[in-house]
Amino acid sequence: MATRRDFIKITGLGVAGLTVGGVGTYQLLKGASLWDSATIGDVERVPTYCEVCFWKCAGWTYKDKEGKIMKVVGHEDDPHCDGRLCPRGTGGIGMYYDTDRLTTPLIRVMENGKQTYRKASWDEALGLIAENMKAMAEKYGPESMALFNHGSSGDHFERLFRAYGSGTIAAPSYAQCRGPREAGFKATFGATIGSPEPTDIRDTRCLVLIGSHIGENMHNGQVQEMSDAIDRGADIITVDPRFSTAASKSKYWLPIKPATDLALLLAWIHVIIEEGLYDKDYVEQYTTGFERLKNHVRRMTPEWAYGITTIDPETIRQTARLMGSAAPAVIVHPGRHVTWYGDDTQRSRAIAILNALLGSWGRRGGFFLKEKASLPNYPYPANPTPKWDWKATLRGRYPLADEAVTNALVDASLPGGEGQEQMIHGWIVTGTNLPQSMPEKPRLQKAIDSLDFIAVVDTMPMEITGYADVVLPECTYFERYDDLRAAPHREPSIALRMPAVEPLGESKPAWWMCKQLGERLGLSAFYPYEDYSEVLDWQLKQVGSSLEEMKHLGVKRWPRKSADLYFKEGEAVTFNTPSGKIELYASELESAGFDPLPNYTAHPEPPEGFYRLIYGRAPMHTFSRTANNPNLSDLMKENDLWMNPKVAQIWGIENGQKVWMRNQDGAYSSFPIKVRVTERIRWDCVYMVHGFGQTREALTRAFGKGASDSEMITTVMIDPIMGGQGMRGNFVTFSIEEPKQVQSL
Amino acid sequence: MRYAMAIDTKKCVGCSDCVVACQIENNVPLGYCRDWVTETVSGSYPNLDLELRSERCNHCDNAPCVRCCPTGASHIVEGGVVLVDGFKCIGCGACIESCPYDARYSHPDGYVDKCTFCIHRVRKGLQPACVSVCPTKCMYFGDLDDPSSEISELLQNRKWKVLAPEAGTKPQVYYLI
Repeated sequence: MATRRDFIKITGLGVAGLTVGGVGTYQLLKGASLWDSATIGDVERVPTYCEVCFWKCAGWTYKDKEGKIMKVVGHEDDPHCDGRLCPRGTGGIGMYYDTDRLTTPLIRVMENGKQTYRKASWDEALGLIAENMKAMAEKYGPESMALFNHGSSGDHFERLFRAYGSGTIAAPSYAQCRGPREAGFKATFGATIGSPEPTDIRDTRCLVLIGSHIGENMHNGQVQEMSDAIDRGADIITVDPRFSTAASKSKYWLPIKPATDLALLLAWIHVIIEEGLYDKDYVEQYTTGFERLKNHVRRMTPEWAYGITTIDPETIRQTARLMGSAAPAVIVHPGRHVTWYGDDTQRSRAIAILNALLGSWGRRGGFFLKEKASLPNYPYPANPTPKWDWKATLRGRYPLADEAVTNALVDASLPGGEGQEQMIHGWIVTGTNLPQSMPEKPRLQKAIDSLDFIAVVDTMPMEITGYADVVLPECTYFERYDDLRAAPHREPSIALRMPAVEPLGESKPAWWMCKQLGERLGLSAFYPYEDYSEVLDWQLKQVGSSLEEMKHLGVKRWPRKSADLYFKEGEAVTFNTPSGKIELYASELESAGFDPLPNYTAHPEPPEGFYRLIYGRAPMHTFSRTANNPNLSDLMKENDLWMNPKVAQIWGIENGQKVWMRNQDGAYSSFPIKVRVTERIRWDCVYMVHGFGQTREALTRAFGKGASDSEMITTVMIDPIMGGQGMRGNFVTFSIEEPKQVQSL
Repeated sequence: MRYAMAIDTKKCVGCSDCVVACQIENNVPLGYCRDWVTETVSGSYPNLDLELRSERCNHCDNAPCVRCCPTGASHIVEGGVVLVDGFKCIGCGACIESCPYDARYSHPDGYVDKCTFCIHRVRKGLQPACVSVCPTKCMYFGDLDDPSSEISELLQNRKWKVLAPEAGTKPQVYYLI
């Protein structure tokens, strides 16, 4: 956060070496007062959608007379952002202007007995990747080549991989993030949540957040709707060991003991059933398993939960009644990053069950029925059928995994043992900084060491690029075409991203890289175009638009084709579950050998002198992706470690003091982190924002700023249902002095 | 006409979009800012209160910065907006010292700089940059002399406060509480 305190330190009059009268370049602008300069130059705007996070807000990139990017603002007709970008979107131009960007392909070479990178031509770099992919296909089959992707560039590489014959493709957004909620909601409602979440926050009367810190996680549409809901007098209930921003806006803050959320949820279900607060007609018409659920939670009283969660029984009852009185305009929010304790699908199930009892699914103020614009696929040739794909890497585990599990791909890249062969021998990584987007770094390093080949595509020299044999410099979203955005929402819409400027240096768009690789792999038939804009124009013409039209519109919306946004009163609905009903009692889980009704299990507690590490987001950053962004790092340069004053007193730590962290497995943080002594957190845990503590010096702004939570997450609790990596079973203690021997695990 | 800003602390999440939008709109060099976010925590665990505030020049009715400026660089234009004429400013810093809100800074190009209520945008019928981007729509800008303006109505109907009222500066940035 930019604060006046920071500012004083930086400027202090007298230090600045005043150059009187030197008013920079702006005095040259015709007839302009100094203050008109910023808008005078706006001569052109082109549409884009943001790539700083997964919300993908549509906007306009403004350029000045020289064609220089000036600013990016939200698209007024975009359902994702309603004309307003978040700080990351506004500061997204820093991604383009970042002087640390990758601007040339790099190839790993040996020089004087040391490995290093040398600059390479595109022809050389692409040739090397194609050569390795060909060799891989011959030696082990194309399936042995895995793609780890995130974001828009990943879509182009996914198409390349499918054409090449590999379906070994995974994104950390599933098993390291939202996977459990998708599995939990699917087992209950027969439908996943997806992105953006179909939460009808703007019309809700009661929003329940469990470890979800909307406002700090800047999921734009949700933040805007939460603000609208506050305006309309909605009540918020926040369950969080930390007094989050959302907690400060809540009627009830439940400072729960970490790792016990499921007990609270079960007690809420108990109260809602026992006090008859549930929607009887809805439960009768749409659900199955109510009696079994009722029996299951009979003894899970608020008094039972009190001993586990430290939330007093009366508060549990009052909050349950508040939900009941607001129903069906109530949202027990499914959250987003929910891979916490390894029983996360079951916790998400309890959330889904609560929503079902309150009748909020398919109801105004609850969850709306989303609709997506359907865009026909470009007529590519049929892909070859791989002999196996990501599902084979599950090796019989995680039966409800609906999407590929990154950690299973990592496992399958490790040398064989116990009769299990190494299945994967090569990786391409696009747009995801795996050492920070996945825990268990030592395992990741071992897997990478076992590969024949790894190529990384990124705009920045992120840590993952340091592991690559070949690094390809991608241009930023301001410099490229990507697929049309067609995400589900209240109304179907599409958004265009087009280049505002030419790619900087030798950086290139992902579609170009894939076309080049495809041609070198003998897959020219999959790339019958010169420029990706031809694909977009073809697709747009199928839906009655054109690239030309979209260049002016940016966003196009259609009326809904499906029925209402909500279920009609008493409407007959068939859910995509085995019974066709909302399954309070999940038959799919039962037949896979898991608890059909959620149970609370106690998780490991911190050893003496250790504190549970919890982590989250700051509104001005997206993971490690923005840590080096000049505009966004100016708002927040480093993270800090939130610590209750009682804990600080025990350790004799003062506010602002730097400490090193050590976790239960003996891993030290590479860098010290400033302690923020604050009443806003319980005494049994500490909190930090994810994405800092960058270890690559090439990231000149981010290097060594703050500490990395990922380094402290060396123990994971795997969700046996869908393979999610629970990361909140790690505990840290503090070292005031710099550790003499920093162990690198 | 009396331009003023009202900021709803019940809705602000402290995201700093106002800060980055201002920096980009007004070419504020990195490392400096015309607006900023403060966080005030009161109480002790678990009975806590948190107030997030986006702060900036208060465009005071009784502006000490204008009074103390030796060159007339600090001046008042339409709607009571306080501006600095960078050409007249000698960078003496008297205004910085006089401001109870610490709202001014010394621009590296040698003049004193601060929030202008984005008067260049307002003159074109636009909202100030910070107001136009705010994802929570917690910021309101308008004319207090117009009793039917949104901001006038908000100040009529909501509880509000100003910062450092004891300084007697009659600040025109209001915080809805």
